[in-house]
Amino acid sequence: MNSLFSQEIPLSWYLLLSAVLFSLGVIGFLIKRNLITVFMSIELMLNAVNLSFVTFAHQWHAVKGQIFVFFVMMVAAAEAAVGLAIIIAIFRVRATLAVDRIDLMKL
Amino acid sequence: MHLILFLVFAGFCLGGAVNLLLQSHPISSALSLIVVMTSLAVLYLLLGAEFLAAAQVIVYAGAIMVLFTFVIMLLNAGREERTLGSKAAAIVGFPSVVAILAVLATVILHIQGLGHAALREGITTTEDLSRVLFHELLLPFEVTSVLILIAILGAVALARHGHGEIQEKPERTAGK
Repeated sequence: MNSLFSQEIPLSWYLLLSAVLFSLGVIGFLIKRNLITVFMSIELMLNAVNLSFVTFAHQWHAVKGQIFVFFVMMVAAAEAAVGLAIIIAIFRVRATLAVDRIDLMKL
Repeated sequence: MHLILFLVFAGFCLGGAVNLLLQSHPISSALSLIVVMTSLAVLYLLLGAEFLAAAQVIVYAGAIMVLFTFVIMLLNAGREERTLGSKAAAIVGFPSVVAILAVLATVILHIQGLGHAALREGITTTEDLSRVLFHELLLPFEVTSVLILIAILGAVALARHGHGEIQEKPERTAGK
């Protein structure tokens, strides 16, 4: 039972996972052609960065790293609310979500 | 135990993220993102962040993704059209992504003195977290509440019916 809980894995694996998730988010941002999916890729990137914050907080035994993740979550919630409202406003005028057709700032 | 949990949920994470890219329907992408976020909550728990694991499920997988799925259903978003994409993305974007990933991986694999994570190390309790948050970081916390309030007002103002519509033309035909 003791050996079950004393198993260690290197923290660099968590950091690598975070880097791969971030890159997948960037690729999604580049290849997706739907406004909402592009927005979801941004959320994926935010999540990847949060994972490395938590990993480093564990490494340095620092609570403030975790609090920073908490603030990132709050900002992401605000960003999602405003961003989706903008998407709704764009859809009302353009009636499309394809980013290729939304290439003017003017509504 | 730790290794198995890490491998399983890291696999879920990567699988969900790849599935997000492959699916052409937004609702499938949203559901894959929920898988990614929930697996990340388990990884936070493995790293000893119990409050963040709970907040990840409640705020991200709960609130934000419900907002996303609501908007997808509200706008009746269909399958995305596959286009060739922009030239800038192909020429500059993808090599940059590969370069960033290569640099990050090299740096991470060469860091000296990076520790290990084990389940026996205990967790950062919510009490520890709130002690620092409400003693040292009270002002940023309060400023965040103002930010949320402004975001709510902005969202209501932007999504209000009639905002930005062109008055002469009826709705729906304006964009075509």
